[in-house]
Amino acid sequence: MNTAPLARTRRGAHAAVSHDSAMGHVTGRAIYLDDMAVPPNTLHAALVLSGHAHARIRRIDLTRARRAPGVVAAVTAADIPGKNDIAPILTGEPALAEEVVEYVGHPVAAIAAETMDQARAAAALVEIDYEVLPAVLTVDEALEKGHLVAPEQKMVRGDVDAALKRAPRRMSGELRCGGQDHFYLEGQIALALPGEDRSMQVYSSTQHPTEVQHGVAHLLGLPFSAVTVDVRRMGGAFGGKESQATIIAGIAALLAWHAHRPVKLRLARDHDMEVTGKRHGFLFRYDVGYDENGRILALDMVLAANAGNIADLSPPVVTRALCHADNCYFIPDIRLRGLACKTNTVSNTAFRGFGGPQGMFAIEAIVDILARRLKLPLETVRRRNYYGIDRDNVTPYGMTVEDNIIHRVVDELESSVDLPRWRRDIDDFNRTSAVVKKGLATVPVKFGISFNLPTLNQAGALVHVYTDGSVLLNHGGTEMGQGLFIKVAQVVAEAFHIDVSQVRVSATSTGKVPNTSATAASSGSDLNGMAALHAAEQIKARMAEVAAARYEVPAAEIIFKDGRVFAGNDSMSFGELAHACWRQRVSLSAAGFYRTPKIHWDAKTCTGRPFFYFTYGAAAAEVAIDTLTGELRVLRAELLQDCGRSLNPAIDLGQIEGAFVQGMGWLTMEELWWDDKGRLRTHGPSTYKIPGSRDVPPIFNARILADSPNREATIFRSKAVGEPPLMLALSVWLAIRDAIASIADHRIVPELDAPATPERILAAVNQLRRAAS
Amino acid sequence: MPALRFMLNGEWRSEERASPTMSVLDYLRTVARLTGTKEGCAEGDCGACTIAVACPDKDQHAYQAVNSCLMMVGQLDGLSVMTVEGLARGDGGLHPVQQALVDTDATQCGFCTPGFVMSMFAFHQAGERITETAVHEALAGNLCRCTGYRPIIEACRRLAGLPPFVQPLAKEDAERLAVSPDEPVGFTAPRSLGALASALAARPQAWLLGGGTDLGLLVSKERQSPTDVISTARVPELKNIAVTADALELGGAVTYSAALPHLDDLFPAFGALVRRIGSRQIRNLGTIAGNLATASPIGDTLPCLIALEARVVLRRTTGARHMSVEDFITGYRKTALAPGEFIETICIPRLAGRQRFFAYKLSKRFDQDISAVIAAFRIAISGGKVASLRAVYGGVAPTPARAKALEMVLTGHPWNSEALAAIDAALARDLSPIGDHRASASYRLDAAANLVRRLHADSSGDEPSVRLEAL
Ligand code: FES
Ligand code: FES
Repeated sequence: MNTAPLARTRRGAHAAVSHDSAMGHVTGRAIYLDDMAVPPNTLHAALVLSGHAHARIRRIDLTRARRAPGVVAAVTAADIPGKNDIAPILTGEPALAEEVVEYVGHPVAAIAAETMDQARAAAALVEIDYEVLPAVLTVDEALEKGHLVAPEQKMVRGDVDAALKRAPRRMSGELRCGGQDHFYLEGQIALALPGEDRSMQVYSSTQHPTEVQHGVAHLLGLPFSAVTVDVRRMGGAFGGKESQATIIAGIAALLAWHAHRPVKLRLARDHDMEVTGKRHGFLFRYDVGYDENGRILALDMVLAANAGNIADLSPPVVTRALCHADNCYFIPDIRLRGLACKTNTVSNTAFRGFGGPQGMFAIEAIVDILARRLKLPLETVRRRNYYGIDRDNVTPYGMTVEDNIIHRVVDELESSVDLPRWRRDIDDFNRTSAVVKKGLATVPVKFGISFNLPTLNQAGALVHVYTDGSVLLNHGGTEMGQGLFIKVAQVVAEAFHIDVSQVRVSATSTGKVPNTSATAASSGSDLNGMAALHAAEQIKARMAEVAAARYEVPAAEIIFKDGRVFAGNDSMSFGELAHACWRQRVSLSAAGFYRTPKIHWDAKTCTGRPFFYFTYGAAAAEVAIDTLTGELRVLRAELLQDCGRSLNPAIDLGQIEGAFVQGMGWLTMEELWWDDKGRLRTHGPSTYKIPGSRDVPPIFNARILADSPNREATIFRSKAVGEPPLMLALSVWLAIRDAIASIADHRIVPELDAPATPERILAAVNQLRRAAS
Repeated sequence: MPALRFMLNGEWRSEERASPTMSVLDYLRTVARLTGTKEGCAEGDCGACTIAVACPDKDQHAYQAVNSCLMMVGQLDGLSVMTVEGLARGDGGLHPVQQALVDTDATQCGFCTPGFVMSMFAFHQAGERITETAVHEALAGNLCRCTGYRPIIEACRRLAGLPPFVQPLAKEDAERLAVSPDEPVGFTAPRSLGALASALAARPQAWLLGGGTDLGLLVSKERQSPTDVISTARVPELKNIAVTADALELGGAVTYSAALPHLDDLFPAFGALVRRIGSRQIRNLGTIAGNLATASPIGDTLPCLIALEARVVLRRTTGARHMSVEDFITGYRKTALAPGEFIETICIPRLAGRQRFFAYKLSKRFDQDISAVIAAFRIAISGGKVASLRAVYGGVAPTPARAKALEMVLTGHPWNSEALAAIDAALARDLSPIGDHRASASYRLDAAANLVRRLHADSSGDEPSVRLEAL
C-alpha cells in the first residue's frame, strides 16, 4: 500500500513539472524505437527510390537484388496482397509506386536482408527501366497548367470586385514563402513483427498510430483488429510523422509479411529528406483595396500551395491557410482562393501550423507593404484593422471572434518593451552605421484551435487505479517531446488530487485506445486531457461511493485532497481507498471519451465555426543585416503568448521558445533547393541548415500571458500551445524588411520573399538601392 | 591475438571481432549495445552521436568531444572513451551536466540530448571560462529541433564554478592504454614517420586517414568498408607544432583544435575562420593537412594558406620535397601527392613588414556551414597605396582561385574608394562561380566583390566597419 508521504506541494494541473522523461533523456536511458531490443531474427530494410521526377515504370527486375547476400525479401507494388493505398484523406495514394513514379525519391521497391548494409547494397542492384516523362517542378508551372491535387477551395464574403473598385487605393502583387523540412532529430522508423493468425504488431515513430494501423491493414488486406500499432515516444515529429510515418511502417509490414520475420525500416537522413513530405511552400497573388488610414477594405487573394505529387494532407493545409489569411484583421469584402498545386516533387504534408503560418505570412506582408506605402507605423495600421469586440468581429468564414484579446496582448507586449524607445535606438544606430543596418518589427497572432474537420476532434483515454493507489494512464495522444504525457498525467493527478508522480503513462497503442485522431493541430492536451479527466472522474465517483459507505456520509461530502480521502475529520490514503474498492468488488478502471463541443464546418462553402477557440500572441524582434553580404543576425526577441491557464508553464515555455526558433529557421536560413531535374539538393544537415545555438537571439524573453483563463470550458481552462508561437517568428522576417527599408530611409517598400537567406537579403538591398538612385 | 584496446566508460574493452573500420557509432549501438548515443545524420552535422575521448598519455581528464559517426573503431585504440551511459556518478546520481539540463527543462524529445550532454561534458571538463561565445562554440556541433536552445544555453551557464567531474583512470589502466598491443588487421597506425612512409609505400592504395572527418563519411553514409586503412594519428612527428622566427609549422596530423591557439596568435583572422569550420567535434578530429589533401573547392583553409604563401613538405620513403600550397592543388579535388606520399608539414610564413591578413566566410548559417564564398587577403598598405596584395577565393571556381586581375588593379594604386570602382570587372575575369544550393552565381560574384569593400573598410586605416558578430 502506498503510504509514502507526498511531496510538500502536490503537483497537479498548472504546476511547472519537468518532462516525465527528462531523466531518461539526459542519461540516454529513454528508449527510442531504434534502441529497442529486437528479436534475433529481425531483418533490416532499405528502399529503392526513383531517380526521376516523372517517369513510367516499364520493368522492375529484382533478380540480382534477390540473389545478393543476406536478402530475404524484395517487394514492389505487385507484392501487395491488399490495396496499395495509404491516402490519409482522399484515395489512390500508393505506398510503393505503381506504373509511374512522380518524384525523385518515390519509393519503388524495398528489400529486407539480414543486415542493414546488405539491404542497402541489394537495393542498389534493383534494375528499373523507366520511360522518362515531362515533369512539372514549380508551383508557377502547375498553376499555369491547372495541375491540382484537389479541387479549388473558395472562401468569400461580400462583393470583392465592387469593393476593390470603390477603394480609394489599391495595390496588387506577388509573394512567396518557402517550404521547410521537419528535421526531427530521430528519422522515420518502424519495426513490424508478424504475429500469429495473420496479425501484425507494428512499432512506429508516428503521431498517428491509427492511421498506421489503417495503412498496414489496407496494404496487407487485414481487418483493423489484426494490426496493433504502438509508440512510446518520438525523437521529434512536428507534423512530419503524421501521415508520412505510414509509408515507412506500411513498407516494413509488407516486407515482414513476405519474410515471415520481423523487419525494421529506418531511413538514413538523406532518404528521410528525399522520401517524406515537408511544409508547403506557397505562392500568393493579391489584390488589396484600402484607404488613406490604412483600413483594408477588400482583399482578393490566391493562395497556391506546392502540394507535391499527391494530395496527402494538402487540402486541409490549404483550408487552414485560408482560415488564417485574416490573422487578427477584419476584412469586410474578401475572396480567398486556395489551390493545392500538383508538382513532381515530394508530397508536402503537415508541419506545425499546418498552413496557418503561410496564410498569416501573406496578410502580414500585405499589411507591412501598405503601411510602408502610406508611411504609417505598422502598429498603427494594424490597430485600425483588428477585429472588434462587438462589431467587425466575424471572420471571412463566418465565425464570430468571441474571445478577442489581441488588443490586450499587443498592448502588454508593446508597453513591456517600450517600443517607441526601442525604435529610436534602432534609428539612431542606423544613422551612424553605413554597412550594418538594424530593423525592428512586431507581429500579432491569432490562431484557431481544433481540427478544421469536426470529426477529428475526439479522443479516448483509459485509466486504471491499482490497489496501492498507483495510477496507469493511457490515451490516444502520442509523445513527440511536446510534453503531452506529463500534461495529461497532471490532469489525472488533479482529478484524484494526488501527486503526478503517482501517475504513470504507458505507450500509446491502438490496442488500448482505438480510433484515435493524430496528435496534431496543437490539440493533444485539449482532447486527451479531457478524455483522461472523464475516465478519472468516473473512477473517482465510484471511489467516493465506497468511502461514503465506509464513513457513513453522503458521497458528496467525500473530499479527495493531497493524496488522501476525507470525510470530515476521518481520512484514509488514496491507496487505502483503492484497496477498499477492490475488496468491495468496485471497478477501478474506466475508459474516457471527449468530443469538442460547438464546432461545425461546411467544406463546400468554407464556412462554419471550425475552431473551439482562438489563442493569441504577440512578439517583437530586432535584427541586424550586413548590406554588403546579406548576412543576418537576430539580436533580440520578446514574446508574449496566451496559454489560457497554462497546464504546465515549464512545458509551455519550452513550446513557445522552440516554436519561435523553428519559425525563425523557416523564414531565414532554411532553404529547400531543387535542381532542374527535380532533385532535392538540400537533403541533410550539411546542406540544409536549421538554426543552431548561436542563431538564437542573445536577448530572448518568452512570457506566458498572465490571468487569462480560456473563456471556453477547455481542460482546466488551458489553451493549446504547440503551433501558435511558431508564427511569432514572423516578427523576425518583418524586422528584416524593416532593416532593408532603412537604407532608403523607409521611403521605398523592400521586395523580400522567404526564406530571407543572405542571398535574398542582398538582392533586396541591391534592388532597393537601385530604386533609390 | 591482435586486438583493439581501449577503455569504454571506465572499463577495459579488447575488441577482436569488431571490424576496426566499422563506424564507432555503429559499434556503440550494435556491438556494445550502448544505445544512448544516437544517429541523427551519420554525416557529422547534427551532434546526436557525440562522445568524448581522452588520450591517456596526455592529461587524462582532457576529454574531447568527437562525432562517433565519423570515426572508425580503429581510431579508439589506446583511448579512454566516454559515452552518455558512463557519466552518472558512482552513486547513481546524475553528472552535473545532466542535472543542469534537467533543472533547466532543456529536454523535449530528448533525442539530441545525449549528444549535448557529451559536448557539455567535454566543455565543462576542460574548465573553459563560460562566456556566451565559448558556449556557442562548444554547442555549435549539436542541433536541437525542439527547444530553441535557450534552456540548453542556460544549463551551460549553470556549470560555471562547478569543478570538473569524472572518475580519473587508475594509473595502471592509463599505463596499459599507452602501450600499443598488436594492431588489428586492416587498420594500421604507424608510430613513426619512417614506419608511416614504409607502410604507405607498401600499400599505396590504402586509405590514408587523418582525422577521418571526410573519409569517415564514406563509412558512415556511403556504407563502404575499407579493408586497408593507414592512420596518421599516432605518428609523433606529425603532431609537432613549431613556431619559428619566420613561420608557423604544423605537422601533418595537427588537428584544427591543436592549431587554433597558434593561428589565433599569428593570424587572428585565420583562427576566427577556423572556428567556423565544422564544429568543435569536427575540429577535434579533423586535420589541416586533411583539408588540404582533399583539395575541395570549398575547403576553408585553402584560400587562407594560399594567400599566406604557405608551403608543404611532402614525404615518402625516398625523401622529402617542398612546394607551395598553390602548386600543391592541381585541380578539382586533385593534388600533387604522388602514390605513397603524404603531407609531413605545412609551413605558414609569418606576416612580414606591413602585411596584414583578413579572411571572410559567407554561408547561410554562421556556424558549421559550408561556405558559399570564402575570401582571404594578405595586404600591405604603404603611404595610402596598396603595396602588395594576395587575394584568394574559395567557392567560386573548381579550385581555390587566386584573383590575379584583382591583385593587379589594386596593387600600386591608392587604397581609396575610387580603387573600388574597378573591382567588379576584375573579379568577373578572375572568378567563374556556379550556382547551386548554397548560392547563385550572381550572389557569389556580388558578394566576392563586396568582400573587397569590406576589406577596404577593415584595412584602410579608418575605423573598421561594425560587424554583425560584434553586436
Ligand atoms: S549522427 Fe549526426 S553528427 Fe553523427
Ligand atoms: S529535444 Fe528534441 S531535438 Fe533537442
